[in-house]
Amino acid sequence: MHSFYIILFLPFLFAFIVPFLFKYINKRIHTGWFVLFVPLTIFLFLLQYIPIVAKGETIEYNLPWIPSLNINISTYIDGLGLLFGLLISGVGTLVILYSIYYLSKIREELHKFYIYLLMFMGAMLGLVFSDHIFILYGFWELTSISSFLLIGYWYERKSSRYGALKSLLITVFGGLAMLAGFIMLILMADTYSIREMIGNAAFITNHDLFIPALILILIGAFTKSAQFPFSIWLPDAMEAPTPVSAYLHSATMVKAGIYLVARLTPIFGGSSIWFWLVAGIGIITLLYGSFTAVRQTDLKALLAFSTISQLGLIMSLLGIGSLAVYFGPGESGALYTVATFAALFHLFNHSTFKGSLFMVVGIVDHETGTRDIRRLGGLMHVMPVTFTIAVVGGFSMAGLPPFNGFLSKEMFFASVNDVASAGIFGLEKLGMLFPIIAWIASVFTFVYCMILIFKTFTGKFRPEKLTKKVHEAPIGMLVSPLILGTIVVLVFFLPNVLGEYILIPALIPVLPMIPIHRDDLYITAWHGLNPELWMTIGVVVFGILLYKIVKGWIKLFNHYPQWLTLNHFYNRGLAGTEQFSKNITNTYMTGSFRHYLKYIFVFFVLVLMISFLFLYGFQFNFSNHAPIGIFDMAVVIGVVAAAFVVLFTSHRITAIVALGAVGYFISLFFVLFQAPDLGLTQFVVETVTTVLFLLCFYHLPKLRKNIGKISLKLSNLIISLAMGATVTILALAAFGHKVFEPITYFFENAYELAGAKNIVNAILVDFRGFDTMLEISVLTIAGLGVYILIRQSSKRREQSNETE
Amino acid sequence: MKPNDVILQSVTKVAVVIIFTFSIYLFMNGHHNPGGGFIGGLSTAAAVVLLYLAFDIEKVRENIRIDFKKLAALGVLIAVCTGLGGVLFGEEFLTQAFGYKELPIFGKTELTSALIFDTGVALAVIGTAVNIILSISEDR
Repeated sequence: MHSFYIILFLPFLFAFIVPFLFKYINKRIHTGWFVLFVPLTIFLFLLQYIPIVAKGETIEYNLPWIPSLNINISTYIDGLGLLFGLLISGVGTLVILYSIYYLSKIREELHKFYIYLLMFMGAMLGLVFSDHIFILYGFWELTSISSFLLIGYWYERKSSRYGALKSLLITVFGGLAMLAGFIMLILMADTYSIREMIGNAAFITNHDLFIPALILILIGAFTKSAQFPFSIWLPDAMEAPTPVSAYLHSATMVKAGIYLVARLTPIFGGSSIWFWLVAGIGIITLLYGSFTAVRQTDLKALLAFSTISQLGLIMSLLGIGSLAVYFGPGESGALYTVATFAALFHLFNHSTFKGSLFMVVGIVDHETGTRDIRRLGGLMHVMPVTFTIAVVGGFSMAGLPPFNGFLSKEMFFASVNDVASAGIFGLEKLGMLFPIIAWIASVFTFVYCMILIFKTFTGKFRPEKLTKKVHEAPIGMLVSPLILGTIVVLVFFLPNVLGEYILIPALIPVLPMIPIHRDDLYITAWHGLNPELWMTIGVVVFGILLYKIVKGWIKLFNHYPQWLTLNHFYNRGLAGTEQFSKNITNTYMTGSFRHYLKYIFVFFVLVLMISFLFLYGFQFNFSNHAPIGIFDMAVVIGVVAAAFVVLFTSHRITAIVALGAVGYFISLFFVLFQAPDLGLTQFVVETVTTVLFLLCFYHLPKLRKNIGKISLKLSNLIISLAMGATVTILALAAFGHKVFEPITYFFENAYELAGAKNIVNAILVDFRGFDTMLEISVLTIAGLGVYILIRQSSKRREQSNETE
Repeated sequence: MKPNDVILQSVTKVAVVIIFTFSIYLFMNGHHNPGGGFIGGLSTAAAVVLLYLAFDIEKVRENIRIDFKKLAALGVLIAVCTGLGGVLFGEEFLTQAFGYKELPIFGKTELTSALIFDTGVALAVIGTAVNIILSISEDR
């Protein structure tokens, strides 16, 4: 096992230690300090791959997991994976550092928080490095689950539970659609490896399943990356603690969808449907997010909508970049490569400035006790450092120099201008929409950035509206956003260092067929007076204008009918499905044990008999049967007699004892057929069950024989006869078939294979050890279930007694 | 009125020892002769249940201070860990190993990882069986 795997699984492994750290050391040292070391180690470890990957090389590792099913944890490191890996571990380090000061070590259940966070980190790393598509899928769902747990971290709050459930429902719905898409992809490419799929891309493009697979996979990517109309979960996810919002819901998890789109571009890119879905939905999301963000009064909600909008921007850039696959190597291809490059660049930039902004909002919330813009204002003088970081992050997001957001925003404008003149896929007519929508959305982006900065930090300071005495955040809390803010500025001045070592290597796997022209991908702040710059100047002018008169037009939002919102549809739909399934369930869940047994028996008989008919199961072969001896006859008579006693007795205790007798007779059978193990087991089981029955006896009502009508009794009789007949036929027919290889080999060689002379035991502990292990797990869980159910009901009874 | 079960209690005192011994015999012998973790565990559970029947629950609980829920969980944990033991040596999950060693007193003895696995099975069975019976009997 290569050390890479240890690093990859480090978050999961470390999660086991966290509860102990919390229990024993947390009183003195915040648990976060120990957890901090995990992402830091991963980050430092991943750094060593930068020079290798920058040369255009990839590294692959393979760890067999279930080789018999061809499932291996195969991983490979290329530029794209590394870019995400570094973001995950790098931002992870900063976020955990921040969380140490954000979450109180006295009040919070830190062990849970850090276990969930580590679980997420491990899942996310696994997601971006795995080559096996099912492993990727597994990690994908694990990120949804850990996100669910983290959003619901303050689970006493109703809104947290609502947000957690919403995010889980939407992302897992998308994940399941994606799974179907993956299965189609596997059918088309005949491999589990993503790289081999990319190799077979030409074969996939002409397949019938191409479009269904494409749409299903995009649903997965869009739900995860909060694209319109699936975006509604992200604002509610803001119920999570702010470090989580900064980490999962802006920097990493929501970019998983973008990762997937980028990763699969070589397969699906170049088709018009992919272009229109990715670029179209992306640009709509950009507009929707920025437009809705303006009206938010909660700072975190504002950032959530801004994240939605920025994700849309990156998504649309990837869509535009996929045109390069259509054009292939050449001048046009190279032109659209820049769009993909811009997507990756903006993805990095967004993680830095949005991460710092979330931390700033967290600080404001932490120090003032509110995130409501209407109550905030004038914090500039009280929190100068926080204000500075907010300006850096906010101006970067607005697309102003000298911050990294300016560079990628300019490249975005260049790309939408290019797409307007692409002249394919119907872009001749609709192409102009791209620059127009992009420009409008950017104006709104500018406006909400200004709202974020100036409504919070300038204006009149109103301490009377705040519950806390406000002061600057502790230095530990400022370190992480300061580092991110520094990167924001540094990248503006040295963008090509990042481009050369991180972004260009990340670009290669997205567009492997296009040769890289480094001149095209050279990032400069000054391009001359080109359309992009004029667009930016226009954004600033109109943005300032709109910000100045924001009070006038923001009221227009209130006229939008409430019933037309996406959230309304979600809530109505959820309530409707719940009611629907409740109605169905209530028709058959009557609470009567007899009914449930009837369902089980009828189902059992029908399924077995029908499949028997279709599979020609009625083949009987009695030639090999042993002769029936006198003892066998006697035992059979005993069983039948005892069974009749159960049927006709009017005392429950007689019935229980008679039932026990049936069991003991059966164990006699085992003795007769020389199966001492089974005989012994049956004997002891029967004893313990009889004791159990006698204990339950106390709780049962008096046995009443004459309940129900004759017709009911008749139907019961038919069901039980059918059940008995089915089992008998099954048992008899089992001897007539030789479908599977006989297992005599194991029987004869048990001593050599397992060192055991007792074949039954060898089967239990060795040959079928997995079964046994799971059986005892089920047994234990069932036992705990019985315990909990009885405890609960007796507790409830006590409570009702007390209230009386 | 307190029921007079002197005979049951006296017999139980002796019988329980015999049952426990027999259970251990069943458990240890399971590899080559009839027996094993499941039967051994169940008969132990039967003995414990007999104790509970003959004496009252409080008295037994004072003398056997075992949380049977935890015992069951411990059993599952042992079983899973023996499975992982194989992985540590580069084998597949749940690969069992066995070997022969000269031990003092016992002479040449077969040592198997399957026995540890079986211990897990036995503990899980004892824990669960007693746990269920206790839960139901306590529910008054």
